[in-house]
Amino acid sequence: MSAVADTAPKPVKNKPVKQSKGLHAGQGRQGWLLVAPTIAFLTVIIIYPLIKAIQLSFQKDAGLDPSTGLFVEGGNAGLSNYTHWLLQKCGNVDCPPGTIGAQFYDALWVTLFFTVVSVAIEVLLGIWFAMIMNRDFRGRGLVRAAILVPWAIPTAVTAKLFYFMFAYDGIINKLLGVVGFGPKLWTSDPLAAKFAIIIADVWKTTPFMALLILAGLQLIPGDVYEAAQIDGATKWQTFMKITLPLVKTPLMVAVLFRTLDVLRIYDLPAILTGGAGGTTSLSMLVIKQKNEGFHGASALSTIVFLLIALTAYLFIQFGGADVIQRPPSAKKKPKDKDAQPGNPVAANATSTGA
Amino acid sequence: MTATTATTAPPASGRTEAQEIHFRSDRNAKIRMYLGLAVLVIWGLAPFYWMIVTAFRDVGYTFDSTPWPTHVTLDNFKTAFSTGRGNHFGAALVHSIIIGVVTTAVAMLVGVFASYALARLNFPGKYAVLGVILGASMFPGVALVSPLFQMFSSFGWLSGVNYQALIIPNISFALPLTIYTLTAFLAEMPWELEESARIDGCTPGQAFRKIMLPLAAPGLFTTAILAFIASWNEYLLAQQFSTPKTQTVTVAIAQFTGAQPHQEPYTAVMAAGTIVTVPLIIMVLVFQRAIVSGLTAGGVKG
Repeated sequence: MSAVADTAPKPVKNKPVKQSKGLHAGQGRQGWLLVAPTIAFLTVIIIYPLIKAIQLSFQKDAGLDPSTGLFVEGGNAGLSNYTHWLLQKCGNVDCPPGTIGAQFYDALWVTLFFTVVSVAIEVLLGIWFAMIMNRDFRGRGLVRAAILVPWAIPTAVTAKLFYFMFAYDGIINKLLGVVGFGPKLWTSDPLAAKFAIIIADVWKTTPFMALLILAGLQLIPGDVYEAAQIDGATKWQTFMKITLPLVKTPLMVAVLFRTLDVLRIYDLPAILTGGAGGTTSLSMLVIKQKNEGFHGASALSTIVFLLIALTAYLFIQFGGADVIQRPPSAKKKPKDKDAQPGNPVAANATSTGA
Repeated sequence: MTATTATTAPPASGRTEAQEIHFRSDRNAKIRMYLGLAVLVIWGLAPFYWMIVTAFRDVGYTFDSTPWPTHVTLDNFKTAFSTGRGNHFGAALVHSIIIGVVTTAVAMLVGVFASYALARLNFPGKYAVLGVILGASMFPGVALVSPLFQMFSSFGWLSGVNYQALIIPNISFALPLTIYTLTAFLAEMPWELEESARIDGCTPGQAFRKIMLPLAAPGLFTTAILAFIASWNEYLLAQQFSTPKTQTVTVAIAQFTGAQPHQEPYTAVMAAGTIVTVPLIIMVLVFQRAIVSGLTAGGVKG
């Protein structure tokens, strides 16, 4: 206790409770004092670099001007770093094929492809897994621990593990051989490489999806299902009209977080395929460009940021991903138990890389 | 609301037959359930099992597909730790532990106050703060790379031993993660006790640290585990901001080189992967209930 006492916010210490204003007076100031360190940290670590990146994205790289062959110091680039990516302009001409600039749309489409396919498979499998776990059976803890294993393995290790299993002589080609399929070049063939990444991603993150959906399923009271059974609803009807609507909010939150995760996917393609077979994701392209010049990379990372922000906005606004769950009664009854803030869901350890 | 679907009730006739069908479908449901559970366990464990089996397999039998351990040896672990080929896996373990512990400590220290305020107090702008923290958790790490790289290199942090170049960007995801996991835990605690303490004359600060903090210990602990795992598993930022002297395990494993330039040292990499993963798996086994509640807390609250 005493160890923690030192870290308590100092302004609170000497502040006697003002009886005249009741027990909860001064919450506004106190609340802000408590969140101030966090806001300060986030400002320095996220907001300032973000502003800096935007600023960098409107400047030129110092170097040789390709049109004149003269060394230039940099300076204002206007929108040229953005038109470089979006309109494929390298200077005044179209970017030649093979350059980093020319890979933008390939990277964009393959990232969107990963996102749509991975998240769709994860939703279907996740619902199935959650429904299996949402029953009474012995060894529940064991199954839950088993399913947490893929989540706990670092993505870099997952990538290396699948790199080994997807090797030409690896176990997956051998198992495919048993059922009569020829070996595939999983880490270089354009189609196989994309699915190698999707398979590894789905393996690693479906458990997270399933656990979130399961937590939602467990909140559905049993008598709702009983009533449905008495009324003679089929299993399909029960699923479509009871289960799905009642888990919609946690499901959409999970889908939102997973979607944002895959949009910034880096670890898996960088290690598993190294971008071979057209698997260079947007994040990988930023890193490639960063080694060529900061300003172009800043423009691209700003584009990635805007893409993610827009996706999050659309999900929260129209997709029912109610992440903050602001209680309607918050202002009227501040001490009411129901007026607790809903809490933003934890995307947690999957939120980097994956 | 319209939870039930009205259909006409089946006629009461043929009862024994109906019972027989019910019994059979019950048994089938049970078989299906256990098949499903088997799929889940295989899903979770099969690739992990294969990593361990390979880690203990002689390098000459790398692609042996016998499903149980064969040609068992500890050589791969020796190879993983040997520095002869320019791999510094042992040092990377130490770096990752340092970075993970400091990241977790800073995130917890800063995050616990914000979480308390968000879970317990009503103040103007509270939902704006929640929104900012949520936004921070969705922030793509790659957007930090260019500006931080420029800043850190101007500070001279991108060479030698500069752990802060890795810890600072790690806090960008560890802090939001800590705050919303902790906020969820704190919101579920028996705060009536705090009320009584305050009626007895404690200040809010006293009530928090004398009454509530000991009760919150399990939640704090789980949150710290989640933050540590997130930092331990991070790759993108570590790859960009680490030097040979601060390289983390994920970077070391990704760059593992073999005896020959283009020979992939699969078995040694699997051994290194096993070492990196097994402590996490043990934590998951021991604390799985708490971790699951930490992972899902908040997302399902009404």
